[in-house]
Amino acid sequence: MAVEERDKHSGYMTTGHVWNGIKELNTPVPRPVWLFLIGTALFSFVYWLLMPAWPVGVTYTKGLLGIDQRTTVAENLKAAALARSEWTQRIESGSFKEIQADPHLMTAVRQTGHRLFVDNCAVCHGTDAKGGKGYPNLTTTSWLWGGEPEQIAETIRVGINSAHPDTRVSQMPAVGRDQMMPGKDIPKVVRYVLGLSDPAAAKDMPAGEREAARTLFEANCAACHGEDAKGKIEMGAPDLTDRFWIYGGDQQSVLATIWDGRQGHMPTWEARLSPVERKILTLYLVDLRAKTP
Amino acid sequence: MLAQLTRDERLNALIILFVVAACGVAMMIAGQGDPLGLHGGVVLAAAVLGIFGVVAGYYAPEPSEARFSQYYDDPSKIGIILAMGWAVFGMFIGDWVAWLLVYPDLTFDAGWSSFGRIRPVHTTAVIFGFGGNALIATSFHVLQRTSGARLPDQLLPWFVLFGYNLFCLLAVTGYMMGITQSKEYAEPEWYADLWLVVVWVAYFILYLRTLVRRREPHIYVANWYYMAFILVVAILHIVNGLTLPISLGSAKSYSAFSGVQDAMTQWWYGHNAVAFFLTAGFLGMMYYYLPKRAGRPIFSYRMSIISFWGIVFFYMWAGSHHLHYTALPHWVQTLGMTFSVMLLVPSWASAGNALLTLNGAWHKVRDDATLRFMMVAAVFYGLSTFEGSFMAIRSVNSLSHYTDWTVGHVHAGALGWVALITFGSIYAVVPWLWKRERMYSAGLVEVHFWLAVAGTVIYVFAMWNSGIIQGLMWRTYNESGTLAYSFIDSLVAMRPYYAARAIGGLLFLIGAVVGCYNIWMTVRGVPRAAAEVPAASADPDDPIRQPAE
Repeated sequence: MAVEERDKHSGYMTTGHVWNGIKELNTPVPRPVWLFLIGTALFSFVYWLLMPAWPVGVTYTKGLLGIDQRTTVAENLKAAALARSEWTQRIESGSFKEIQADPHLMTAVRQTGHRLFVDNCAVCHGTDAKGGKGYPNLTTTSWLWGGEPEQIAETIRVGINSAHPDTRVSQMPAVGRDQMMPGKDIPKVVRYVLGLSDPAAAKDMPAGEREAARTLFEANCAACHGEDAKGKIEMGAPDLTDRFWIYGGDQQSVLATIWDGRQGHMPTWEARLSPVERKILTLYLVDLRAKTP
Repeated sequence: MLAQLTRDERLNALIILFVVAACGVAMMIAGQGDPLGLHGGVVLAAAVLGIFGVVAGYYAPEPSEARFSQYYDDPSKIGIILAMGWAVFGMFIGDWVAWLLVYPDLTFDAGWSSFGRIRPVHTTAVIFGFGGNALIATSFHVLQRTSGARLPDQLLPWFVLFGYNLFCLLAVTGYMMGITQSKEYAEPEWYADLWLVVVWVAYFILYLRTLVRRREPHIYVANWYYMAFILVVAILHIVNGLTLPISLGSAKSYSAFSGVQDAMTQWWYGHNAVAFFLTAGFLGMMYYYLPKRAGRPIFSYRMSIISFWGIVFFYMWAGSHHLHYTALPHWVQTLGMTFSVMLLVPSWASAGNALLTLNGAWHKVRDDATLRFMMVAAVFYGLSTFEGSFMAIRSVNSLSHYTDWTVGHVHAGALGWVALITFGSIYAVVPWLWKRERMYSAGLVEVHFWLAVAGTVIYVFAMWNSGIIQGLMWRTYNESGTLAYSFIDSLVAMRPYYAARAIGGLLFLIGAVVGCYNIWMTVRGVPRAAAEVPAASADPDDPIRQPAE
């Protein structure tokens, strides 16, 4: 049976049990262990008295401090909103011009607008708002639906081809695929369109061909893009004479656009961002454009 | 392997395999056009492979009576090899996931390799594949030695080991196909869960049947922990796995709980998986291999007792600290936090008991990397349990929650504690199991030790930095009173730390590969030049004095 022995190194007795050569010392539990156990237990008891802690039937002990995370967070949010209201109210009530003229308000717009833009818009438009293929560059002067603050604010509110009842709606038809124009004519229109913004490309095209292509353009494209090809804001049709392209301005991309059509999509932000937040975003974009060389 | 099974056991093995094969066929038929059907194919293939193996050796001579005078170690040997295989696989995937966060294009445009799928492959492969196999293998070894009894039969341990690995295989292949319950560390779907219940109950029965025949009237501490591990994991797994499949032909199921109750059940499971899988089981490992390797008695039997009951009692309450500042009622959070704070004491008592056991053997710690693995593991156990209790305090958690600090904390425990104690134990047990004088190369153990420690430290420091920066960025306000940083801003700030973390992980992975080579050469019995190796570790088993029936 169990035979206790004294461990030479520590001076403690063993318990006398042996498992495949392993023995155990009967060392008393060191005092700090008890102290810490009592200490942490006391801390817990006090904490339970002060805070919501133990379930009792269908309710629970509320704690002497009367703290609850729900009321705490509600109070914090209220206090933070109150602190911000100094400037948010002025943004809410002021006109775009008034706000733009107020450097203090514009500081708040830049700080808050950057965070709002990157958290909500950057996934498509990029953190620098310069867009990407299929997503417009927002730092240019070329705006599909108008670059005035009111127009930008409306685009953000209702979106483009979105689920919002007032959504902006626009579609570039699949001119080639749906055979709206004879296939042989399409390369001509492509060359013509490229020439609108690129004088070198225009020069390459013989004058006769160019005239024929202009007729095709006027018959098929001008309804939306305008006879001067400068686009129509009410249609969301882009200006084809500037150097900005959403889907690419090389021959292949323009051909793809005309052949298969395009229908971009931008979600509505009315339900997801407050009016003040949308106004801040609008001002942020106008400000960003002004700062972009 | 088959030669050790009696004729009856071979027949039983065949019956079991045919039942498994039938289940596979049923899954294939019911789950046509569903991932369940594919998994049926996996189950069938595994069973057919097993049937071939059994049939091929069916008429081999029966094992002799002499086997009863020896412990049955072959399942432990295979278990250790499986554990090392899963370790390399799981750590490779882990490091891939880590690089994926630095270079998001590393999915190579495939669905199965997206972050959401290979992350659970990593966690399952290392926790359940590596950790679980190591626990099963060492528990068989420790159980027999500390009981002085041979495992009760030759079939059940194989059923447990291979059944468990089938579960792991279903889990990781399932994730890549998009099958998941979306519960962390409990991702496998209902049919895999059911199979694990069968395997796990068999494991518990096997444990009890051996323990009941022990020679020493007292049950050794390591077995308390292994038993707690097996029993509690069964309870956790069953309760958290209560789901209703949408049909018997579908892999998809829905939890029996909803909303915040589901979250609470999940984190009661999740935190106790940390407690009873990643802590209790590995404490069992530590309580055997550390004193054995050090040649010292356990520092204090009394401290073992209060640590064990402290850990078992306090951990059960701590899960709600994963849900601070959520829809979970405040009072549940209070309980989770306070019990987590009290939990620190028994945790540190365990770590202290391990380190104080080394008193009188510190010169061995200096010279023997195997023992040093175990010593550093105990230190990391102490560090990460302190960190855990600290992070469970609500105000600290408001900074750390959802950040990489949590990831760093988990890896301080998983790499620093769990993996190091496992490697130390494996280096101790491999020469004993394969009857070698020592590991093939003590130098390579040393190399592995430093790679593992360096990898862990780099990993943990990188995640502390990134986690705290993240937490601070998310709560920084500008003078206008709105948030100063967008989420993407914080991601950009994380990038250098993600690269550092991936490098730390790579070191750890290389260490595991070195370990595999060393173990393989030891198993093959390749001799080394005598000059290289000092400390011999002859098999310290005393023979079974009373034959196991």
